[in-house]
Amino acid sequence: MDQFAVKVFVRLRPSVLDPAGEATKSASIKLGAEGIKSLRIGKMIEVKIEGNGENEVREKIDLLCDRLFANTVIEDYEYSLEKL
Amino acid sequence: MDNFTVGIVVFPGSNCDRDVSWALEGCLDIRTKYLWHESSDLSDVDAIVLPGGFSYGDYLRCGAIARFSPLINALDEFVKSGKKVLGICNGFQILTESGFLPGALVANKNLNFICDDVELDIVSSKGGWFNNVDEKQTIKLPIAHGEGRYHCDSDTLKKLIDNELIALRYKNNPNGSSFDIAGITNEKGNVLGLMPHPERACDETIGGTDGLFTLKSLILK
Repeated sequence: MDQFAVKVFVRLRPSVLDPAGEATKSASIKLGAEGIKSLRIGKMIEVKIEGNGENEVREKIDLLCDRLFANTVIEDYEYSLEKL
Repeated sequence: MDNFTVGIVVFPGSNCDRDVSWALEGCLDIRTKYLWHESSDLSDVDAIVLPGGFSYGDYLRCGAIARFSPLINALDEFVKSGKKVLGICNGFQILTESGFLPGALVANKNLNFICDDVELDIVSSKGGWFNNVDEKQTIKLPIAHGEGRYHCDSDTLKKLIDNELIALRYKNNPNGSSFDIAGITNEKGNVLGLMPHPERACDETIGGTDGLFTLKSLILK
């Protein structure tokens, strides 16, 4: 069995308003940061997972992302995978 | 209808389950039964309410974890049989997360947790949830949510409008919901999800009775 470290990034779809991102953008500007054009907040989920090779692990992660980690009505996801 | 029993689902973190029971038993004389979320036996209930609250602490997304409970798995057959399911607030979030209703509920536009009475237009009474005897077209119900902004893509919105699936719209949209949507039904009409709390408007002494009919309609055909 191989073990993998997976980082899943879940983001609100561009069409979905992100009020928390807007509030943070506003605070960033108040802090004095210049040039911020856009700021959106997402989630990062770290998973350590075992499987027989990368393909099998990708299948498992795809299922998790599609059914649980992200709600694809409002969110997109992507992930990176590193063999340990 | 003497033995008609409404099942009230209890998740870890539900907090309106007793309010719903009080409204049904105390105000409407309708028998209720609490259903722990790990049960999948729905054979002795005739309708189901998914109450408000914070199931599983709203972890990941509101309603996202509750969706995987044995009870929600068993709900599919129950819905297909035509029996009524009412999802209030967190219950509505669970119904969208589990795919019984389209769209999703996201953080309020102004980021506030809004606790207020709101005026609602009854748009459709599909399923008979709002067939008030006096044909009142506007009702007032309390809301209490941080993540009640209804969102769906434009194709879904068109489908909701064309098929008369929008049950309630806010008169003064408090949370930024698409098309002012406060509640929707499935195509058959036997599943209603809404952010306002009808169970908190069932007695004049607590501010109104506009929620009574929706709860009473659980036992109506």
